[in-house]
Amino acid sequence: MADLLELDRILLGYDTPQGFKAVVRDLALSLPAGHIGCLLGSSGCGKTTVLRAIAGFEPVRAGHIALDGTIISSPEVQVAPERRRVGMMFQDYALFPHLTAGQNVAFGLRRLARAERAARVAEMLDLVGLRVAADSYPHELSGGQQQRVALARALAPSPDLLLLDEPFSNLDVDTREHLAFEVRDILKATGHTAILVTHNQAEAFAIADRIGVMAGGHLAQWDTPYNLRHHPADEAVRDFVRREELAEQREQAYARGA
Amino acid sequence: MHTTTLPRALRPRQAERGTGWLAGAALIALAVLAPLAALGWWALHADLAHWAHLAANVLPYALSNTVTLLLGVGIVVTLLGTGAAWLVTAYDFPSRRVLTWALLLPLAVPTYIIAFAYLDLLHPIGPVQTALRAVLGYDSPRQFRLPDLRSIYGAIFVLGFVLYPYVYLSTRVMFMTQAASLLEAARTLGAGRAGVFLRVALPLARPAIAVGVSLALLETLNDIGASEFLGVQTLTVSVYTTWITRSDLAGAAQIALAMLALVVGLILLERHGRKRQRYANTQRMRPMQAQRLRGPAAVLAAALGWIPVLLGFVAPALYLLAETAKRLHLVGGVSDQLLAGLGNTLVLAACATVATVLCGLVVAWAGRTLRESARINPGRACARLASLGYAVPGTVLAIGLLTPFTLIDHALADLFDLNRLVLMGSMAALVCAYTLRFLAISAGGIESGLARIPPSLEQASRLLGETAGGTLRRVHLPLLRPALAASALLVFVDAMKELPATLLLRPMNFDTLATWLYAEAARGTYEEGAVAALAIVAAGLLPVILLARTHLKIGH
Repeated sequence: MADLLELDRILLGYDTPQGFKAVVRDLALSLPAGHIGCLLGSSGCGKTTVLRAIAGFEPVRAGHIALDGTIISSPEVQVAPERRRVGMMFQDYALFPHLTAGQNVAFGLRRLARAERAARVAEMLDLVGLRVAADSYPHELSGGQQQRVALARALAPSPDLLLLDEPFSNLDVDTREHLAFEVRDILKATGHTAILVTHNQAEAFAIADRIGVMAGGHLAQWDTPYNLRHHPADEAVRDFVRREELAEQREQAYARGA
Repeated sequence: MHTTTLPRALRPRQAERGTGWLAGAALIALAVLAPLAALGWWALHADLAHWAHLAANVLPYALSNTVTLLLGVGIVVTLLGTGAAWLVTAYDFPSRRVLTWALLLPLAVPTYIIAFAYLDLLHPIGPVQTALRAVLGYDSPRQFRLPDLRSIYGAIFVLGFVLYPYVYLSTRVMFMTQAASLLEAARTLGAGRAGVFLRVALPLARPAIAVGVSLALLETLNDIGASEFLGVQTLTVSVYTTWITRSDLAGAAQIALAMLALVVGLILLERHGRKRQRYANTQRMRPMQAQRLRGPAAVLAAALGWIPVLLGFVAPALYLLAETAKRLHLVGGVSDQLLAGLGNTLVLAACATVATVLCGLVVAWAGRTLRESARINPGRACARLASLGYAVPGTVLAIGLLTPFTLIDHALADLFDLNRLVLMGSMAALVCAYTLRFLAISAGGIESGLARIPPSLEQASRLLGETAGGTLRRVHLPLLRPALAASALLVFVDAMKELPATLLLRPMNFDTLATWLYAEAARGTYEEGAVAALAIVAAGLLPVILLARTHLKIGH
C-alpha cells in the first residue's frame, strides 16, 4: 500500500528576538492509507506542534510534508489549511457554540445541495450514534457526546487524513477507554487514515497501528505497537513505555477502588 | 525510522491567498498616519526659536498639569469602575439590578457638559452652597464657601465621575464571563471574598481594567471643554489656543507632537499588560453566585454603588432639566435651528458608527493570530497604528486632516471637473475624522471579543474548508455580536458628543448639538446652552439603555 502521509525530516519552531528556536527537529515518518498512527510523548515534547504543522497552522522550516504524493508544506510551499483536505478533532473539541450539533456537522458541507447535506449530516450523526442530539447545542451535551459530534464534524467532508489532538483527555477513565475503541472502529469502518497525539500509552496501544515515541522534539522510534514494546530502540523508549505502563496500572487500580 | 523522497516533478498545491484583510488594515493605518505626518511636516517647518519659546514657556506648565490630571483621573476611574463592577457582581442587595445599568448613565454626559453643570451647581451663590450655608447657619459666601471647583482637583473629580463607565463596562463583563470555577477554586483554597477579589478576580480582570483605563485617559487627554471651563491649562488647551487665538499652526503641531509621546507611552503600557494574558476558555461560562447582603451591609453597599450614578449623572441631569424647564417656561418652545442640529447630529453619528465598526472589524480581524507561535504580526502592527487616532485630540486631528483633505478635494475637483469641495464641503470630512478618532473603540472592543473566542474554532473552520473571510462571517460574527453591539454604541455616543474636531471640520452653516452648545456658551447665553446639553444627554441615553440591555444579558 502506498504511503498517504510523508513527513520528511521536518524542522519546526519559531523566531524569537534571540533567533530561531527549534521545537521539532529532523522528524520523519510515513503512514500508509487506512492506517492509524499515533505520536506518544509527555507534554512539551513537540507532538502537538507536528499535528499543527500537518494541519497547516505551523510553517515547516526545513524538509517537507506530503499528502497523497503532493507537497503541502515545505519552506517554499504552504497550502492553506482549508485546501488540504485534512480534518482535525481538537482537544477542546472546538464546537461552534452558536450552532447546533447538526449545524456543526454541516459546517464543512457547504458545497453539497441542501438535501444531500441533510442526508450526510444524518449519516454522520448515525455513525457516532447521536442522531437524537442533532438539534442540541454543544453546551447541552455531555463531554463524550461533544467529542462524538466533533468526530462526526471532522469526518463529514471525508478528509484524506484525520488529525486527533489528545482526543480523550477531557473524559473520565471509563468513557475514555470505551470511546477509544469506538473511534478506532469508526475509522476502520470508514477506511480513514488518522494521526493521533496523546500522552496516554493505553490510548495509543488501543487505537494505533503505528506508534511514534517523541521526546524533546525528536522522534525516538516509529514502529508497530508490538515492536515498540518488545524491541524498543533505546533506553529512553523502554523507560517511557514501562513508566507509562506502571502509571496506567496504578490508575486502573484506583479506578477499581483499590 | 525511515524516510522516502518524493519525485521532484510533483507540483505543490495552490499556495495560500488572502492578504486582502491585511491590505485593508494597512490602508486604514495609513489613513490614520496621514494627519500625523502632516503635523510632523508642519512642526519641522517651524524655526528653532519657536521650539525654544514653547519649551521654556508653554510645555513645562501644561505638561505637569496634564500628567497630574491623568494620574488623578486614572486612580478615580480605576477605583470607581472596578469597585462598582465587583460590587454588582459579587454581592446582591436591594436595587442591584437597576444599579447594574444605572452605573452606565454617566456615559451619556460629555465632559464639557458635566463641567458646565457643576460650575453652576457649585457656584458660591449656586444651589448647593446656598443650601449648605442655610443648614450650617451662615449668611454670606464670605463666611463659608467650598474650595473652588476651578482647579485641577475639580477637573479630576468631574472627569473621573463621567469616565469611570469605560472601566466599569469592560471589567464587569470580565467578572461575569470568568469561569466561576476559578473563583470557587480560590474559595476552597481558603481565600475569603476579599481574597478572591484581590488574588484572583483582579489579576484576571487586569487586561479589562487596562483597556478601560486607557480609554478613559485618552478621553481625558482629548477633553477641551472641561479643562477650559475649569481653567486648567492642559496640553490640549495649549494646542487649541495656539492655533485658534494665535493662528500658529506650526506651534500647535509642535505641542501636539509632545502630547503624542505621552499617548504612545500610554498605549504601549496598555498593550503590554494585555499581551501577557491569553483568554481562550471554552469551558461553559457560569457567572458566580452573588452573596446576598442584609441589614446595614445591604444599605451600605447600595449607598456606595449609587454615589457614582448620583454625582456623574443624576445631579447634572436634574440641573439641566431644571434650567431647560425654566427656559421653556420663559420662551415657550425650541428653535428650529436646534431641531436641525439634532437631526444633523443623529445622521452624522449613525454614518460614523457604521464606518467605524466596519473599519474596526477589518483591523481587528487582520491583527488576530492564527498561529500561536508567530512573534511578528504585521496585522497587529497595523491595528496598533490604527488605534492611535483615538489618542489624537480632536483639535489636533482636525488640524492634521486639513492638509490631506484639501489635497484630496483638489485632486477630485481636477479629476471630475467639479467646482465644489467633496470632503470639506459635506459631512464626509466629519465622518472620516470621527472614524479615525473612534476606531480604537471598535477595534479594541472587537479585538477583546475575538480574544475570548478560542483559536481552535477558527482552525476547525479552516480545516472544514472555509476561507478566512468565510470563517469570519459564519463563526466569528455571530459570536462577536455582543462585542459589536457594545462597540457600535460606544462609538455612537462618542460621535454625538464630539466637539473639537466638529468645530474645525464642519461645512458652513452646519451645526451639531455640540457646536450649538459651544456657540451658546461662547455667547454667554447659558439658558439655551442647557437645552442643547440636555438634548445631547437625552439622545445619548438611548444608546446607553440599549448598551445596558446587551450588557445585562451577559450572565443572565
